[in-house]
Amino acid sequence: MNYKNKEKFIAHAIFLIGTILVLYPFFSILFLALSEPGKRISGFTLPSGIYFDNFIKAWVGGSFNTGLLNSFIVVVFVVLVTLICATLAAYAFEKLNIFGITPLFALLLIGLVLPYESIVISYYYSMRALGLVNTHLSLILPQIGLSIPFSIFWLRASFKSIPKNLSEAAMIEGAGRWVILIKILLPQMIPALLTLTVLLFMWTWNEFLLALIMIQDEEMRTAPLALSYFAGNKRYGDPAITAAAAIWVALPVLIVYILLQRRFISGMVTGAIKE
Amino acid sequence: MSNINIYRPQSKFQYSSYLYIIPAFVFYILFVLFPLGDTLYTSFTEWNGISEKKWVGFDQYIKNLSDKKITSSIIHSFILIIFYSFLPIIIGLLIAGLMIRVKIRGMTTYRAILFLPQILSMIVVGISWRWIYAPKGPLNAGLDFFGLEDVSRAWLGSFDYSLMAVGLIGTWVMFGFTMILFIAGVQKIPTELYDAAKVDGAGAISEFFNVTLPNLRGEIIVALIFTVTLALRNFDLIYITTGGGPGTSTMIPSMFIYKKAFQMGQVGSASSLGIMLTLMIFTLVSLILITFREKK
Repeated sequence: MNYKNKEKFIAHAIFLIGTILVLYPFFSILFLALSEPGKRISGFTLPSGIYFDNFIKAWVGGSFNTGLLNSFIVVVFVVLVTLICATLAAYAFEKLNIFGITPLFALLLIGLVLPYESIVISYYYSMRALGLVNTHLSLILPQIGLSIPFSIFWLRASFKSIPKNLSEAAMIEGAGRWVILIKILLPQMIPALLTLTVLLFMWTWNEFLLALIMIQDEEMRTAPLALSYFAGNKRYGDPAITAAAAIWVALPVLIVYILLQRRFISGMVTGAIKE
Repeated sequence: MSNINIYRPQSKFQYSSYLYIIPAFVFYILFVLFPLGDTLYTSFTEWNGISEKKWVGFDQYIKNLSDKKITSSIIHSFILIIFYSFLPIIIGLLIAGLMIRVKIRGMTTYRAILFLPQILSMIVVGISWRWIYAPKGPLNAGLDFFGLEDVSRAWLGSFDYSLMAVGLIGTWVMFGFTMILFIAGVQKIPTELYDAAKVDGAGAISEFFNVTLPNLRGEIIVALIFTVTLALRNFDLIYITTGGGPGTSTMIPSMFIYKKAFQMGQVGSASSLGIMLTLMIFTLVSLILITFREKK
């Protein structure tokens, strides 16, 4: 083996070990979920056959149909409203000449670092005072607020990367701010907006603590919340059914990830850098 | 085109420009800044969530700081930083150091798989690991298989090992992220720098410390901020795996905030703990930024 090949061999070996370490937990619950109901498989054994009974039991027993629907509703509103608000704000920050822009931007930095675990108490009592506990709105409104700082930072950087002469040409021709945004800039922004959509979808879908404190009715639970009750519920204490339930909850994000994994990775890596 | 002195039209300042930022700031003020101020105010009061708030000044902070359970929960968070942050960063750096100039086929597939733990709900991750750590789960079965029955135990139920067991889940979640981040960073380092180091007679180790490490400064800052804040927040994973137990052996501040505010009726105390957590995170992030700032 020459030097180059040896290097490649080591690289493959490292990645393979990493891959096995990452995938092992997933395969172990997948095997568990696919195992014959009632027949407890232990650690290392492969299932004796493929049974989907656990998936059906989890779906019926954990009311995941409503859980997935609730999560879907919350995600759609959070993503849409955040995208609209953040695009308008990022456009104004980057392309319009605004007085007092620096302090406003500094104010957004607080939201970028703030752990929302510290302020959930205030969310709960405010929502209770407004009579909104146990509603979709109690999950949607705070998550829009929490998503806005990152989204503005993300979109502002993308606006910045669009060459100036594009909008200048339009300005000379007398186009207004609104027309420039919609007709000239937004078409250039589609990749950035798509990546942001994917990230917001993932974060909102996986959100747990807010749902835990706001939602008491079973019909209003989001998918991760339904899963946590399911996993903690003694009646369904069968780990195989819990495993199947976990797969139901992970599935939507997993599908989007498989389709758009490049966006996820580049988004999270460069997104983290922009922070 | 750009070398000719062209007319550069500037968007004039108009008050109506503020209309573009108003929707975002309404949400931001109502659902980030107001709750933060509200929590700050509540942290100076005694309140059970129902009666009138009673102003007590810094009492809640003093009580929290002298409560052994609270201080030990803060120490747990710092121990978790070792697992969530230091271990993955060291693993990532070592591997990135080995991968200089290596271009292999299948990199995108490896990358996609290594990144997988990042995209899943921590509830799902926690459930998978609960099974792995279960008394009759794969880990113990593996240990038994190798004749290590004495070592196997209910990992998450153990006073001595549960914190480490949870910490290793964090390592598992993070190591793929740091690896990808650092490998991408290494590949951006100009090869001339390595060639120059070679000419100077640098070995692999000195190459790592003199070329690789300094050029990954930006990536290291990102990884530190990302992993340290997650280690300090960390609610979902603790909630689903141990709930802070057994006893208070895996208790962390965010779990205490939840318990105090929603189970024990100590909303003032929970709020002051929330402000303490916020200050801790702000301080650590600033420290990271100051320590690794580009020296001019």
